[in-house]
Amino acid sequence: MLAWITGLIVLLVKLVVVLVALLLTAAYLVWAERKLLARLQVRLGPNRAGKFGLLQPIADMIKLLTKEDLVPESADRVIFLLAPAVVSVTALLMFAVVPFGTDITLFGRRVPLIISDINVALLLVFAFSSLGVYGVALGGWASNSKFALIGGIRGAAQMISYELPLGLSLVPVVMLARSFSLVDIVNAQNSYPFILVQPLAFAIFVISAMAESKRIPFDLPEAENELGAGFHTEYSGMRFGLFFLGEYVHMQVLGALVAVFFLGGWRGPWLPGPLWLFVKIIAVALVMIWIRGTLPRLRYDQLMAICWKVLVPAALINIILTGFVMLI
Amino acid sequence: MSVYAILFYAIAVFILASTAIAVTRRHLVHAAVFLALSFFGSAMLFYLLGAPLLAMLEVIVYVGAIMVLFLFVIMMVEVKGKDSGVLTRGQQAAAALLGIVYVAAAVMLVRAAAAGGNAALQAAVAEPAVFGEYLFRQHWLSIEIASFLLLIALMGVLHLGRDIRRRQTGKENAS
Repeated sequence: MLAWITGLIVLLVKLVVVLVALLLTAAYLVWAERKLLARLQVRLGPNRAGKFGLLQPIADMIKLLTKEDLVPESADRVIFLLAPAVVSVTALLMFAVVPFGTDITLFGRRVPLIISDINVALLLVFAFSSLGVYGVALGGWASNSKFALIGGIRGAAQMISYELPLGLSLVPVVMLARSFSLVDIVNAQNSYPFILVQPLAFAIFVISAMAESKRIPFDLPEAENELGAGFHTEYSGMRFGLFFLGEYVHMQVLGALVAVFFLGGWRGPWLPGPLWLFVKIIAVALVMIWIRGTLPRLRYDQLMAICWKVLVPAALINIILTGFVMLI
Repeated sequence: MSVYAILFYAIAVFILASTAIAVTRRHLVHAAVFLALSFFGSAMLFYLLGAPLLAMLEVIVYVGAIMVLFLFVIMMVEVKGKDSGVLTRGQQAAAALLGIVYVAAAVMLVRAAAAGGNAALQAAVAEPAVFGEYLFRQHWLSIEIASFLLLIALMGVLHLGRDIRRRQTGKENAS
């Protein structure tokens, strides 16, 4: 019984640490994105709250929490209220299977630096990523507004389509690591990261991951100049904040997944494991921000053509090639 | 009663309740959401019984793909629900027949399990690699047949889509 209770306490502590780290990083990713984007567009960006605008995320949070929580009169009330939570919860839950270090020993107990190591972890990531579609689609539909509905439908179509190359690009990684568990996948990259042997899979994964998190150049579901704000047009206050939070947590999760599948996860010289993972996540996030500042938005037909005519066939060919090389 | 038993019955009640709500809702989007919840409940049950692979596949395929497609179509078409006559008499009969078949299969399974056979669960509780090997060694022919059927369906859809588009562009050229 005692072992059970200490196990529970260790788990709760890990959950709190990961949650706080994720939320804080999300808040400061917003700051980093606004700052970096401003520099890319030859502006200054936020610089009023605190030094370099460092208190801006906190000011934003207070503003969002104290704003009125509006529900449109003709909206489907319950679904409208729940949809933002779906987006942020699924994004947060995906992080449960990401390993962030080797096992450490605390008070004579071995504590693995991962929240839950299950043998189908990779599939769990996809399961939650496909659940995230509900938040976007239902949020857009429940608002009972044309802009939001179009945004929701676009979001659903885009996310279902890009899940395919996202999944297919990881098949070679699973073939190389011979396991669905993210711990085993990181361990399989002991001698070299998989990006060296799977550059094509890496490219496909990063492109699909950007589409999956609905960022420029794939931000059609929330295209500002045609749809207002897309699926979250009608949301205000913290419910809008939850959509926003979900997006930035999603960015971190995708950064973590890129790191785990292709960059060797928490492995690296000199620095401790969790720090390496953090550095890799931030690096991926910064590249995503850079791309946002550089590329224009795709047209809808281009979006679908890239997915079905380029990424999916390329991923399939990559699987066959990997199979051949592994057999030889 | 152990924690697992309590969880089992709680999830079972959740599945039954959400399915019951799903089939009685007039509003199509609500029905779809409750059906998705019911699938999610089944996935939780699979996980509880020690079949994580099946649980994840249930979420990815049923909740994440099929129900999203349903929702997509409902949102696009936006049917104003009629008050009566959703199903014709023939459809009701077919539904009842399928229901009876399912109940019969469930009763047979429960009786087999009571007699000591545990076949249904044993097949489900397997490591992904073992499951894959079993599937592709023992049932490769059925898998090939199924994938061939899916391929034909895919080609059929493509053909229908192309045909309509060509006809429309033809009209535009004529006018």
